[in-house]
Amino acid sequence: MSLNTADVKRIAHLARIEISESEAESTLHKLSGILGLIEQMQAVDTTGITPMSHSQDVTQRLRDDVVTKTNQREEFQKIAPAVENGLYLVPKVIE
Amino acid sequence: MEQRLALHFTWPDPEGMRVMINSSLKQLGAMLAGKQISSVELTQEFLKRIELQNPDINAYITVDAEKSLAQAAAADHLIAGGKAGALTGIPVAQKDIFVAKGWRTTCGSRMLENFIGPYDADIIERFDAAGAVNLGKTNMDEFAMGSSNETSWFGAVKNPWDRTRVPGGSSGGSAAAVAARLCAAATGTDTGGSIRQPASLCGLSGLKPTYGLVSRYGMIAFASSLDQAGPMAKSCEDMALMMNVMTGFDERDSTSLQREREDYTRDLQQFEDREKPLAGLRVGLPKEYFAEGLDASVAKVVQQAIDEYRKLGAEIVDISLPNTQLSIPVYYVLAPAEASSNLSRYDGVRYGHRAAQYDDLMDMYCKTRAEGFGAEVKRRILIGTYVLSAGYYDAYYLKAQQIRRLIAEDFAKAFRQCDIILGPTAPSTAFRAGEKADDPVAMYLQDIYTIAVNLAGLPGMSIPAGFAEVDGKQLPVGLQVIGNYFDEARMLNAGHAYQQVTDWHQLMPECI
Amino acid sequence: MDWEVVIGLETHAQLQTRSKIFSGASTTYGAEPNTQACEVSIALPGVLPVLNKEAVNCAIRFGLAVDAEIAPVSVFARKNYFYPDLPKGYQISQYELPVVGKGALTIQVGDTEKTIRITRAHLEEDAGKSVHGAAEGMSGIDLNRAGTPLLEIVTEPDMRSAAEAVAYARKLHELVQWIGICDGNMQEGSFRCDVNVSVRPKGSEKLGTRREIKNLNSFKFMQQAIEYETRWQIETLEDGGKIEQATVLFNPDTGETRAMRSKEEANDYRYFPDPDLLPLAISEADKAAVKATMPELPQAMQERFVSEYMLSAYDASTLTSSRAIAAYFEATVAAFGGEAKLAANWVMGSVAAKLNEEDKDISASPVPAVQLAGLLKRIADNTISNKIAREVFDAMWAGEGEADAIIESRGLKQVTDSGAIEAIIDEVLAANAAMVEEYRAGKEKAFNALVGQCMKASRGKANPAQVNELLKKKLS
Ligand SMILES: [Mg+2]
Ligand SMILES: [Zn+2]
Repeated sequence: MSLNTADVKRIAHLARIEISESEAESTLHKLSGILGLIEQMQAVDTTGITPMSHSQDVTQRLRDDVVTKTNQREEFQKIAPAVENGLYLVPKVIE
Repeated sequence: MEQRLALHFTWPDPEGMRVMINSSLKQLGAMLAGKQISSVELTQEFLKRIELQNPDINAYITVDAEKSLAQAAAADHLIAGGKAGALTGIPVAQKDIFVAKGWRTTCGSRMLENFIGPYDADIIERFDAAGAVNLGKTNMDEFAMGSSNETSWFGAVKNPWDRTRVPGGSSGGSAAAVAARLCAAATGTDTGGSIRQPASLCGLSGLKPTYGLVSRYGMIAFASSLDQAGPMAKSCEDMALMMNVMTGFDERDSTSLQREREDYTRDLQQFEDREKPLAGLRVGLPKEYFAEGLDASVAKVVQQAIDEYRKLGAEIVDISLPNTQLSIPVYYVLAPAEASSNLSRYDGVRYGHRAAQYDDLMDMYCKTRAEGFGAEVKRRILIGTYVLSAGYYDAYYLKAQQIRRLIAEDFAKAFRQCDIILGPTAPSTAFRAGEKADDPVAMYLQDIYTIAVNLAGLPGMSIPAGFAEVDGKQLPVGLQVIGNYFDEARMLNAGHAYQQVTDWHQLMPECI
Repeated sequence: MDWEVVIGLETHAQLQTRSKIFSGASTTYGAEPNTQACEVSIALPGVLPVLNKEAVNCAIRFGLAVDAEIAPVSVFARKNYFYPDLPKGYQISQYELPVVGKGALTIQVGDTEKTIRITRAHLEEDAGKSVHGAAEGMSGIDLNRAGTPLLEIVTEPDMRSAAEAVAYARKLHELVQWIGICDGNMQEGSFRCDVNVSVRPKGSEKLGTRREIKNLNSFKFMQQAIEYETRWQIETLEDGGKIEQATVLFNPDTGETRAMRSKEEANDYRYFPDPDLLPLAISEADKAAVKATMPELPQAMQERFVSEYMLSAYDASTLTSSRAIAAYFEATVAAFGGEAKLAANWVMGSVAAKLNEEDKDISASPVPAVQLAGLLKRIADNTISNKIAREVFDAMWAGEGEADAIIESRGLKQVTDSGAIEAIIDEVLAANAAMVEEYRAGKEKAFNALVGQCMKASRGKANPAQVNELLKKKLS
């Protein structure tokens, strides 16, 4: 599974990272090296092996349905890039 | 007890200071309790050292003397009132991955350059509750992605043993701070070796606990299923004291394990004076950890440490971890996949960096993230995005999770033959700054011996085992100790026994 | 060519929990922007999700209600995409292993019953809201809703008309409220439907390309949107065009659907199991505990109403359209003790009409069930006629008190004394000789007119059966 610059640009867009033509070139080179490393996995026969998502065989603990949080808008919005009337501002969202 | 511990030193005599900075946490606690020194004085001394040393070593990103001294004063109050715990009044450095209320918390990234923590991580709460002093936020590879601390937006960290060399990463700032005695102890986090490898390269002790023992709440996520915080300190005894503070159930973290609290110091004393304290301990040596790729000079030091364990009574058995090689590819699928998703929240909307100029929403996202993240972080996001994208999931992510199980099973088998596993922490000593910066694959191989431990969720630690001579310099070498799930106490006990008969952990770099 | 429309629904029901699905922030609707957006809701660095037990119980309730498989182990996954109202850059949802598996819901369209297969239902978190025009050229983001628990209920493409789709949506809407997992408030967005519509030549097995109409929040709009979309797809195909898979929005002002601009790029959600959450295990005991708190389900209740109260299927279905109506009816019957059909007629008749007129819920009825039963008793024991009963009911509705008191104070008691009735009849016969003649000449209608005159003369109070009987005797 080899990569080309168009792939790099597509992935970068999916990840919302601006990437110039020349950056795409150099990134391609490095990503290909890493993918080469990853490719070693394909030699292993993993038929029938249950994937492992967690190291401990435990199940989800459930929280009681209780409201524990209070309004901290002022505190949280002190570190926001742009706010008005309690709303976070972003360039116009088009549906 | 106190009598024996109270070291002979006079304040503010410089030689006395030298004794103080190299004291164990237990000794510091005794000095504080015995009023030989106050927490404020201790904190001031470390702050002074940071002021002098940090401009060159760059171990700290943020220091806030006012905050630290306020905590120290509060600690002195507790001590005076007889309400001191083991870490009360002791200055501890926090890796800048832990969100701390009122403290700038950057995670080594431009993205969070001006992020002031609006809440406290579980770890921060625990140290606060213990009365410890937060001495500052230590430098790290950006979002904990790196093995050299060169990817930090706040500049590279220097290895106190040789300032032309890297301290390792990603907890390189914490490692350098402990090694240069710019704190009494520090915290780190370890996703693929980020506590152990810098501990090895900087000549200190570092422990990554069993996954789930330390809460991840407020620890900025890199790869959630692998990330685990742990202590970085001078000795096993110090780490045991740190573990007593750091571990424990946290209902805010679904992966936090509900277990009875453990006192990691409970058995240490039994390992101090006995003739063969490690009698009955079966030590496994995985042949894959001593194969090609390991520097001969490192192998020699590790072998000597193993001999020392043998002399202490341990029985040595040969074992095999056949899937070791695969841990790197598996890790470089799973960790970037999780990271690509974990780092999606940095979009310039609610906090963090936002590009100054943009055309529209899409442009704001793309520019914000292009500017806010460094090259290595972007690379990993791209790899992660790619392996999860439509059509590749089964070949990469699913496959990696399957092999992850094989790797965990290797350990399960091994632990039927032995109680702990010994081997090198890293394949080499500290390398030169810039040496691998442009070769991600070479950099990734730094973690060949540490990654599998994270994949399996096991505890692993690195303790100083001696020095290897490289280009006329003596550079520290770490011995890696891997234990079975929840076997931290056993690992620390054995390490403590080893540290009774060796003094590698007490040696300090010159010119600090 | 004859076309067939094929419809499947994805419904998002907001679950009635106090706190959010993964945090302790409140879910109350209508708060000031971002005042219910805690550190988890705004996805600060380092925060983690912990699952709300009540959200899981709601999912189990739903699974039991549609006779579905409830997964012993289900898994939360991340659905990755960037949107300003999605603070983490991913939505925590369920993908490969949902909590509720295959089930079914039976609907009624006209006289025919149809079973709609439910594919699955999964737990997930809601996103926030974009507020347009918050500042010049900007949108404002309110994350109060972010993290509100949702149950997404997905059907097979089993519906073949807008009417069927609406019938299903209504039935589901009734059900989720019935079992107490959703308040059903469509204005507030508590119940939103995405409708997948495709068309194909009648008789064809192959499904056409579908377009998804997003976020319909009224049944009327749903009907209009599906009808418009169906026509548009047929016309497009008949004009030789091709349907492209798309997400569309319905504009209630124009009655048209249009493709969304923001979703132009192919979606690649990069689902993977959320490492911050562990597998959700639901045991038989968990299910049994929820089952013990389940109300009787509408279908079962409907069948019971037919057998226990001898009601028609239609009446039973109407009376079980909500739990509150059914409860009101049963309380009335219990207090009344008489014929259930009479109670049914009143609940579906006068009570429903008044509620409708005043846009009130049955829980807000000024005439409680016990009071209504008091009125029914007086009808049953002939104290008042049905007609008078309506007058009494109006007075009760106006808050004048119990039926007996009103009958007493207004002197509405039915006259049953045959002497008094005969006196009235005699007066009426004397005054209407012409009508008497007509009756005698064989005009049956004249008899009814005479009864009417008698009732009028008694100001409605004479017992109509007695009037009938005595009048017949007098004329024979
Ligand atoms: Mg959907
Ligand atoms: Zn959904």
